[in-house]
Amino acid sequence: MSTAIIDSAATSARIAHRSLLGDIASVWTRETLTILRDPFSLIFSLVQPLVFLGLFGPLLAGVAGDGLGFGSTLQFFLPGVVVMITMFGTSMTGANLQFEIMTGAFERILATPLSRPALLMGRALKELTPLVIQAVIITLVAVPFGFDLFPAHIVVGLLILGVFGVGVGALSYALAIATRKNEWAFWAVQQSLLFPLLILSGMMLPLETGPDWMQALSKANPLTYIVDAERVLFSGTFDDSAVVYGFIAAIVTAAVGLWVGVRTVTKTVL
Amino acid sequence: MIHTHQLTRTFESGKETVEAVRGIDLDVAEGELVAFLGPNGAGKSTTLRMLTSLLPPTSGTATVAGIDVTADPAGVRGRIGYIGQKDGAGHNYRVWDELLMQGRFYGLDKKRAAERAEELLGTLDLDGMQMRKVSTLSGGQKRRLDIALGLIHEPALLFLDEPSTGMDPQNRANLWDHILRLRKEFGTTIVLTTHYLEEADTMAERVVVIDHGQIIADDTADALKAEQAGDRITVTVNAEDLPTTREVVAQAGTEVEEAPVDGGTAVSFRVDAGPVALPGVLHALGDKGVAVKAATLKQPTLDDVFLNLTGRSLREGAEA
Ligand SMILES: Nc1ncnc2c1ncn2[C@@H]1O[C@H](COP(=O)(O)OP(=O)(O)OP(=O)(O)O)[C@@H](O)[C@H]1O
Ligand SMILES: [Mg+2]
Repeated sequence: MSTAIIDSAATSARIAHRSLLGDIASVWTRETLTILRDPFSLIFSLVQPLVFLGLFGPLLAGVAGDGLGFGSTLQFFLPGVVVMITMFGTSMTGANLQFEIMTGAFERILATPLSRPALLMGRALKELTPLVIQAVIITLVAVPFGFDLFPAHIVVGLLILGVFGVGVGALSYALAIATRKNEWAFWAVQQSLLFPLLILSGMMLPLETGPDWMQALSKANPLTYIVDAERVLFSGTFDDSAVVYGFIAAIVTAAVGLWVGVRTVTKTVL
Repeated sequence: MIHTHQLTRTFESGKETVEAVRGIDLDVAEGELVAFLGPNGAGKSTTLRMLTSLLPPTSGTATVAGIDVTADPAGVRGRIGYIGQKDGAGHNYRVWDELLMQGRFYGLDKKRAAERAEELLGTLDLDGMQMRKVSTLSGGQKRRLDIALGLIHEPALLFLDEPSTGMDPQNRANLWDHILRLRKEFGTTIVLTTHYLEEADTMAERVVVIDHGQIIADDTADALKAEQAGDRITVTVNAEDLPTTREVVAQAGTEVEEAPVDGGTAVSFRVDAGPVALPGVLHALGDKGVAVKAATLKQPTLDDVFLNLTGRSLREGAEA
């Protein structure tokens, strides 16, 4: 059976050539194709942060009331909005996975030789693709309103967000798998974690005026360090310990997220 | 190609324990085409999922394509193709994208993946559907796409869980043509599950009957039928001919049964080779002056085999 022998030789060669990065790229491409095929969803996803920025920003400026003006409010608020869309996108991404578990597509993908971490990382990175576009557009929209643009700093800021987002995405997948038998449980947990985390990070309103317990909780919230780092970076500073803390928080989140995520994928029987 | 020893899987659901697969010993040689036949919940899918490394066995061992499924699941996955019972294609994706990406997942380069995708769209009668969103396909079209996805990398060992479910007769025939061709041209080893008795009967040369998580029979369809059920001849005669008929029948066959029917008695009995035995029996009866009013020969189906083995029928509607 010479064909069969050639076949299995070819198969082994293919197995030898696999790489984690290649796997991540394949998974990422599959997910990203859905955006390319349906760009309207991307346009729509821009609306929400713009609304936030346009309606919330002026209010915040009013509350601050120290005559700082809209420009500097944006400087404070815009990095927060970018973090917010990252959190929304990556924390919800498990819902897609849950749908694919339900239909059977995920089982098909599990049966391929793709590495398990790549399954999670590729998907989580996909959520970051539109994010980058969103962030850039929102930032550009803000410039005419007095927002100071620091491109190199923003790139570093997005890198931190990228690493952090992979961690949140992986956790979202773990949650999706754990709650695969009831969809509402996914949303219940996701929502009841998302908003406290966002508020306690000082993303929307500064926490300095909040009670002590809030400030204590905020110190334990990794998102706080991300938001702080983004604010420092978006205002054009590299030389601040907040940037380092931001990186650490992002890396820790990614490591924990991937560990939990990969463990869940390998241990769970679908 | 496949070797299992006492392969077992139990599930805990709530307080109760489901013994889905109970000690399966199975050997499949290279190039074989094996059909798992069994009722709902028999453990067919669970067995397949263990063999494809998707589900760790509770106990027992399985070697697939020379690799232990528990020791090196990724190695197994790289050497096989699997078409699951549920929809493999993602509903929110395009047909072409799914095929191409599946190729990439298996390590094909872009060009090769596109070639294969093109070929498979043709063979599985999906031409022109490239840009369709999977959710808009009909049930049978989706199923064909699932099969295309499982074949993209030309695996030497292929697992199919109820591949033909939801297909119309013509597409089912096409699928079988394709499967048989794979086997003939590339020596692909194929393991599949099915509910369709006719399918297992005519297509697979080896039928593994599974019930309650155990293999209860494993042979060619013909051998199973001959062993487990056998051909039955039934002759209908008048009451006065009954004693003579009994004598002749006792000579010709075994497992004689009698039943009153309109205008006489139906005497049925088992013979080895029905088509050859029938003329002889009729001749002998005629010689003794018996007026045979009706004669039928029934050759067994796999359902008769299953009925004989378990006391239950596999036919639609007869399932528990
Ligand atoms: N993940 C699971 N959790 C709990 N029980 C399960 C699980 N998967 C399968 N079972 C049980 O194991 C038994 C065998 O299921 P399996 O899916 O292997 O049957 P099958 O032969 O493929 O049936 P069908 O013809 O309906 O597809 C069933 O009783 C089923 O309820
Ligand atoms: Mg099944």
